Amino acid sequence: MTAPLLQIHGLHKAYVLDGVTIQALRDIDLNVEPGEFVAIMGPSGSGKSTLMHILGCLDVPDTGSYQLNGQDITRMDGNQLAALRNREIGFVFQNFNLLPRTSALENVETPLIYAGIGKAERRQKARAALEHMALGERLYHLPNQLSGGQAQRVAIARALVTHPSLLLADEPTGNVDTATSAEIMALLDALNRQEGLTIVLITHEQEVAGHARRRLLLRDGRLELQT
Amino acid sequence: MNLTTALQLALRALWRNKTRAMLTTLGVVIGVGSVIAMLGIGSGAQQRIADQLASMGTNSLVVRPGSVTRGGVRTGAGGITSLTRADADAIAELPDVVAVAPSVRTTAQVRYRGTNWGTAIEGVTPDYVTVRSWQLAEGEFFTRRHILGASHVCVLGQTVARELFGLRSPLDESIVIKGLSCRVIGVLTEKGATAWGSDQDDAIFAPITTVQRKLEGITHIERIELVASDREASFRLIKEIKRLLRQRHRLREGQPDDFRMHNRAELAETSEESARVFTWLLGSIASVSLLVGGIGIMNIMLVSVTERTHEIGIRMALGARQRDILWQFLLEALVLSTAGGVLGIFLGLGGALAVARFSALPVTVTPVSVLVAFLFAGLVGVFFGLHPARKASQLRPIEALRYE
Ligand SMILES: Nc1ncnc2c1ncn2[C@@H]1O[C@H](COP(=O)(O)OP(=O)(O)OP(=O)(O)O)[C@@H](O)[C@H]1O
Ligand SMILES: [Mg+2]
Repeated sequence: MTAPLLQIHGLHKAYVLDGVTIQALRDIDLNVEPGEFVAIMGPSGSGKSTLMHILGCLDVPDTGSYQLNGQDITRMDGNQLAALRNREIGFVFQNFNLLPRTSALENVETPLIYAGIGKAERRQKARAALEHMALGERLYHLPNQLSGGQAQRVAIARALVTHPSLLLADEPTGNVDTATSAEIMALLDALNRQEGLTIVLITHEQEVAGHARRRLLLRDGRLELQT
Repeated sequence: MNLTTALQLALRALWRNKTRAMLTTLGVVIGVGSVIAMLGIGSGAQQRIADQLASMGTNSLVVRPGSVTRGGVRTGAGGITSLTRADADAIAELPDVVAVAPSVRTTAQVRYRGTNWGTAIEGVTPDYVTVRSWQLAEGEFFTRRHILGASHVCVLGQTVARELFGLRSPLDESIVIKGLSCRVIGVLTEKGATAWGSDQDDAIFAPITTVQRKLEGITHIERIELVASDREASFRLIKEIKRLLRQRHRLREGQPDDFRMHNRAELAETSEESARVFTWLLGSIASVSLLVGGIGIMNIMLVSVTERTHEIGIRMALGARQRDILWQFLLEALVLSTAGGVLGIFLGLGGALAVARFSALPVTVTPVSVLVAFLFAGLVGVFFGLHPARKASQLRPIEALRYE
């Protein structure tokens, strides 16, 4: 058996707001193997996004351990986490989170800039990633000149251009219609099956979760069910 | 991320907000421009004063008769006749005295053929031109022989020459001063106005003896100008001349001086000092506007950080480190301030040229002032850009990303 890509044990996260403590995540244990496609479901406010942000090293847990690719996240400083996000993780968000007033090509180039890759190579890689998403005709479009499905495909291209070991998607189909949703899921399916990309995906929709090979349920900050 | 990439990011971000960037820069443009123009005006004034002092001779001293009290009545300055040519000769014997020029002065209506002109008549000795470092435009100055003989000769200042002779040469012509016919043997070069605005070229110079005996009928003199070897010597000579003259005039302990002394070096120092203060004053007033420009940059950068918090969050999610964000914002501020600096240099030079052209004020823009203003602008950019940039870079990734 290969080592898990992602190994979480006894993880807690609480928010304190106006003196009230909200237990967003309680005692989470979770392993994800390379090449898995995991869906996390759960009612609103159950802590899905919180978990996703911790998985993506955008936030740190209060207690518990988290190892990504054998590296202990809880011991890292801001710069190391930034480098890790850049190298190991690709994000896809519900609202796309493309850089405003910045062309598709430049959006996809951005993670490569922070990876310290030279201009020519950056251009070429970003272009290839966009072409892979069938967006070769939209290189110089600004985010507000793209449809929802196209914007999400730009976001996926941007997430994958650094060849991360983990793709994190927080309701990637939340802002698009059913047809586009099916198109995006087919894309993620293909990436998982053909390229062995590890995907952790958050969704409300049973239909979307059906694409995953393992489904987890979060309720009140606890992982309840694994199928 | 290397510097060129960071610079590209900064430029692109500024380009997306062209109008705002331009207006922000304007503050620095005006600041740098006014610093350069003001320093130019200030050092122009300084230069002019220095030139005038040099033409006056800054190591020179002037001795004049003082007032004296006799039975409770005080005469005005120059009311006594104690100063003589013998005093001047005695002063000339002192060490460190380079040249001494005793003089008397009167005014007269001078005639030449049909025309006449009211002017000052200075009775002086040959050393006068040395003391005043004044050259002759044509002819020659009078000599010791003319003094001994109280000859009827004179040398004209440019203004007098122009008024009486127009474009013709006055040499060897005779003019009439208070009924005395004098032959013109020379004309002095143009010296211009004094710092106080009186025309130094509006005068006629004649041998001191001629003026004393033939025009005024006096034996005393009204003024002794002398040149010391250097500034220090001029300060030292003040004391020595004082002692010498008190002794020569047989003044007892407790009796007031019957002469006064002015040290041009002293005057030079105060004038130079006030010109310097003037420059500093103008410079600091202008710096305030540069400071205001800097605050403008900080204001805009702070707004920009708040406005782009979500963007910063996205960049951090994509792997931007703190220093990447810091550099991006700092470079934006630096680009604004240095662009403002460069444009401000042109504005300042233009402004200085305009002032020089449309007013009589001399304006000297020194490369140093340009450099200082430019560096100051850069410093303003770093100083006022650093706070917003740090603020941006220290955002927590998740909070920046969630920011709406
Ligand atoms: N920054 C924060 N400060 C305080 N409380 C927070 C913060 N972020 C999340 N929470 C709380 O933590 C809990 C989990 O929030 P989270 O965003 O993870 O939910 P979610 O499962 O993603 O919900 P949704 O499906 O609506 O997106 C919620 O009760 C939320 O109010
Ligand atoms: Mg959520």
